[in-house]
Amino acid sequence: MSLTLLAVQILNGLELGFILFLVASGLTLVFGVMDFINLAHGVQYMLGAYFAATLIAWSGSFWLGLVLGAATSLLMGLVLEWAVFRHLARAGHLEQVLATFALILIFTDLVSMIFGAGSLSINLPPVLAQSVTFSSDFSYPLWRLIIIAAGLGVALLLWVLIARTRLGMLVRAGSTHPQTVQALGVDIDRLFLVVFAFGAMLAGFAGTMAGPLTGVEPTMGDSVLILAFVVIVVGGVGSVRGALIGALLIGLVDTLGRAFATDIMSQFLSRSSAASAGPALASMLIYVLMALVLAVRPSGLFASGD
Amino acid sequence: MIVARLKTFFKSEPTTVLLAAAFFAALLAGQVIGNTDPTTLLARAAIFALAALSLSFILGQGGMVSLGHAAPMGLGAYVTLTLALFGIKDFFVVTALAFIAGAAFSGLTGLIALRTRGVYFIMITLAFAQMAFYAMSSLSIFGGTDGMALPVRSTVFGWPLFRMDGATALVALLLLAAAYGGIMRVTRSRFGMVLRASHLNESRAVALGFEPLTYRLLAYSFAGGLSAVSGVLLANLTDYISPSFLDWHRSGELIVMVVLGGVARPFGAILGAFALIYIESLVGGFTQYWNLVLGLVLLAIVLLRGRLESRLKAAP
Repeated sequence: MSLTLLAVQILNGLELGFILFLVASGLTLVFGVMDFINLAHGVQYMLGAYFAATLIAWSGSFWLGLVLGAATSLLMGLVLEWAVFRHLARAGHLEQVLATFALILIFTDLVSMIFGAGSLSINLPPVLAQSVTFSSDFSYPLWRLIIIAAGLGVALLLWVLIARTRLGMLVRAGSTHPQTVQALGVDIDRLFLVVFAFGAMLAGFAGTMAGPLTGVEPTMGDSVLILAFVVIVVGGVGSVRGALIGALLIGLVDTLGRAFATDIMSQFLSRSSAASAGPALASMLIYVLMALVLAVRPSGLFASGD
Repeated sequence: MIVARLKTFFKSEPTTVLLAAAFFAALLAGQVIGNTDPTTLLARAAIFALAALSLSFILGQGGMVSLGHAAPMGLGAYVTLTLALFGIKDFFVVTALAFIAGAAFSGLTGLIALRTRGVYFIMITLAFAQMAFYAMSSLSIFGGTDGMALPVRSTVFGWPLFRMDGATALVALLLLAAAYGGIMRVTRSRFGMVLRASHLNESRAVALGFEPLTYRLLAYSFAGGLSAVSGVLLANLTDYISPSFLDWHRSGELIVMVVLGGVARPFGAILGAFALIYIESLVGGFTQYWNLVLGLVLLAIVLLRGRLESRLKAAP
């Protein structure tokens, strides 16, 4: 394994990690503040990508489509909160699972009805479609670097929002002591609306950013949703810091595992058994990591209230 | 007199009555339209009823909202496939090994998942089910994501009983009846009471000297084993095993079946499974967007149920 290959895979891992962070950060706040299980967060990731793909094609401008796509995701979050989620805020987890599962079924079918079950593509403008050359044998796609930078930017923004503003203070307090916050006269439903819509926008933005790499299809939210769950379980429900560390950890372990498991295993096993066991082991790696973290810390690495 | 009693029954159990009505309507309409072989459909409904029944045991009695119950079911199907590849096809051997595999998977993952509560438990059960899904998807000996045809259906004492779907349906119904009887007994036993008690008021159960984790883990493993048995039957019905057996959408559908029929009673799961499978087959004959229909109905039920029930109770 050459050093260049390792560097490329680490960057890939960071890129996946930041996409997961964008999805998980909003989700973990909704879980933390409202004790609400939202399976439909992956739908918002998928819808964000479709909004952007449609708006880019309609406006003819990549950047305009990107911004309008994020705005539409925000609007969609507000609408869904108004129509569905606010009625479930005080329901049990079972009702929340059922209703948000219903939303997945509805939107997956609606989208494949409108756009077809196949995959759409988002074409990057030529400026963004090139690679950055670091050395003669090491170059890396610019768009993936932009994803990493955007993820870092959002992480910084969230840190400022949560650690330095009054709203962030309420969110932090709400994630550990919701009753107390409410008793102090804070409209916790309003807080939920803001957190939820912002999370929906971040998920939609993540879908948009990932769209040019993965393609845009109706079921693209499913795998991301479950990875985001693993991130939240590892990082600790309600903790944005946990979501960041967890996302980068999961992104790196998954990417590096898939890239090198077969090579590493062929050191111990025969070539053919390594080739069949490697991919299976690599795909299970993050879940094993999750189990290990939970065995040591049942409420995640950065449990809120610690 | 009878009308009055029917009225009270409808008032106390509106969803049960509506669901039963929907099931019979779908059954009748399906007979008229006839888009699926009735015995295959019956077998499928009985198999999913068995899986839903096992989920209802942990969800209804123990309050464990597992979003990964399709995983042991799928593993049961993969046990059937693995053994068939080795030439072992005796139904009793396959079923016993599948039960052990399903119970072991649920027991091991339960050791970790059951230490948590609420949203954590839901996410962890889903994550472990997904782990099993990806493991099966990446095993090239089982055809990877494409899956693989079952080389031979199971036999009973060397007799190819499962060659006819009608026989599969009969075996599934017999197993369903046996499992229902067993679960009802357990529900009324000391074990069932402790399980319910630790769900309804854990601190009191602990104060009385019980160890809720042990009871939950036993129930969770047992449900996993039973779900795997339903997977054996499903493999014998479809002849083709793929990772989609473990898909988390299927876990979600199992929860839907349990909840539609009523969480509190094991019979609700059976009713819910039959209703869902029959209505799916009927609606699927008209449109490919069955999921959209199911999603809209489900959302309406969850959002309107509270209002409907209070209105029905308020009516004289």
